[in-house]
Amino acid sequence: MKLTEISNNINEWFSGKGPLCDIVISSRIRLARNLAGFKFLSRCSIEEKTQILEKLKDVLTSLDLGQKAFYISVDQAPELDKNFLIERHLISRHHAYGKGPRGVIIANSESFTAMINEEDHLRIQVLKGGLQLGKCAETINNIDNMIEQNVEYAFSPRFGYLTACPTNVGTGIRVSVMLHLPALKITGQIKKFLNTTKDMSLAVRGLFGEGSEAAGDFYQISNQVTLGISETQIISEFEKAIIPEIVEYETEARKKLLEKDAEMLDDKISRATALLRSARLISSQEALLLLSHLRLGLNMHEYMGASTPAIEQLCNLKAQAKRSGESAKISITTINRLFMLTLPAHLQINYGKALDPTHRDVLRANIIRQSLNQ
Amino acid sequence: MQCQICNENEATIHLTEISGGDRKEMHICESCAAEQGIIVKSQIPINELLSGLLASTPSEDELSGSAETKLQCPRCGLTLEDFRKEAVLGCPYDYEVFEKPLSSLIENVQNGKTVHCGKVPSRTPADAKKQIELLNLKKQLEEAIKAENYEQAAKLRDQIEKTEQPKQ
Repeated sequence: MKLTEISNNINEWFSGKGPLCDIVISSRIRLARNLAGFKFLSRCSIEEKTQILEKLKDVLTSLDLGQKAFYISVDQAPELDKNFLIERHLISRHHAYGKGPRGVIIANSESFTAMINEEDHLRIQVLKGGLQLGKCAETINNIDNMIEQNVEYAFSPRFGYLTACPTNVGTGIRVSVMLHLPALKITGQIKKFLNTTKDMSLAVRGLFGEGSEAAGDFYQISNQVTLGISETQIISEFEKAIIPEIVEYETEARKKLLEKDAEMLDDKISRATALLRSARLISSQEALLLLSHLRLGLNMHEYMGASTPAIEQLCNLKAQAKRSGESAKISITTINRLFMLTLPAHLQINYGKALDPTHRDVLRANIIRQSLNQ
Repeated sequence: MQCQICNENEATIHLTEISGGDRKEMHICESCAAEQGIIVKSQIPINELLSGLLASTPSEDELSGSAETKLQCPRCGLTLEDFRKEAVLGCPYDYEVFEKPLSSLIENVQNGKTVHCGKVPSRTPADAKKQIELLNLKKQLEEAIKAENYEQAAKLRDQIEKTEQPKQ
């Protein structure tokens, strides 16, 4: 499969469907595993890395995943392809810019990937839209069991699954939930939220872009403790306590905006609409921020029945429909598509070649203008 | 509160004994407790627990600082110095070789946790599975004792005995 076959669409987990999807973008579970009888990667020769890669590639490609999958040799992939895979959350930055023979197996729906020779020999992940950790857990557990039929994992009774870094040892599980929290940001409560998560040993990062800055008000929240607490416990804490609570904070903040600060909210949505419809040059950061405000407006209309003047104006916009190019009413899908398709590597893959930042900003502005001016 | 035995000294030891579902509380002074041998008895589970947990740690001379820095994994060649620089381990066997120094580090990064709890590979031998269960129960027992939740501790103690039995 060629990357251009998926680069024009958004992935399943970003399609705007699934439980609590107005605030929870997606759920992800990742497991770190290593093969018994091999050293960890930092001490492996190229030959040993090749051996691990071939072994795991054979096992993974012969699994019955219930859907087709394809393999990409990451060490041989061009830089643009690697950045594209990072933007779609199919590989990590560490994997893209690591050393030696390595690769990734990607299910066609992009809901499952297996990174071989990242920090650990094998890192498998399952991604689903909305809050669906239970389903992610079921799927990944089945796949892990199938893999285990064919290989022996490095495991110790005391420390559990042994990983290259002791921060992953034990279950090797990383549970992550991606959230859209624009109202907490606008109302200035995001810092409080970030402090609370730190107290609870949770890690928070941005979803798009580099570093910890949360572009577009997208936050990714993950567990940090992997030892001494079972997979089921971690997942149930996330699904039943942590995430519903954050969702409630964000919902409350949205209500508060509507009741007490409607003018400020309207100003943000109105400005975002106007800028996105007329800009000729727009950076990725600015686009993410403004699109975030449109997403907030549309979701407040859909889930809370909000109908301020700016929200009404926004909802009556005609936008480019999904594939046909015909116009239809603007929807969350329109906005989600713009979020993803205007990311730097997506722009360039779809354009067919590498572009300098200014040309990217022009192209990005064009795509957004065309999409919102039907 | 006065000692229930001598009725003279201040009761400084408060015992909760649970056997066969009956709960008995005792408040006694230190000297009476010593006469009855109660203190020693009450501490056995903790001692047993710690010796159980520490059973697989390196011997005394390996624990001294100099020996620790000289320690090198025979399989991958990693030293503690390498680990401090690279922040990743060299091979699965390092978890055994460096168990002592790693334990405190792991406890730090894992929020005080030191023993695995959760999924176990299906091909793990039965006795290893039992070992994991026992480690977990003992860890829970330690926590229950710390939290002074003696009813839960008694249940766990019985469960540990039951799990250990078929071995004997």
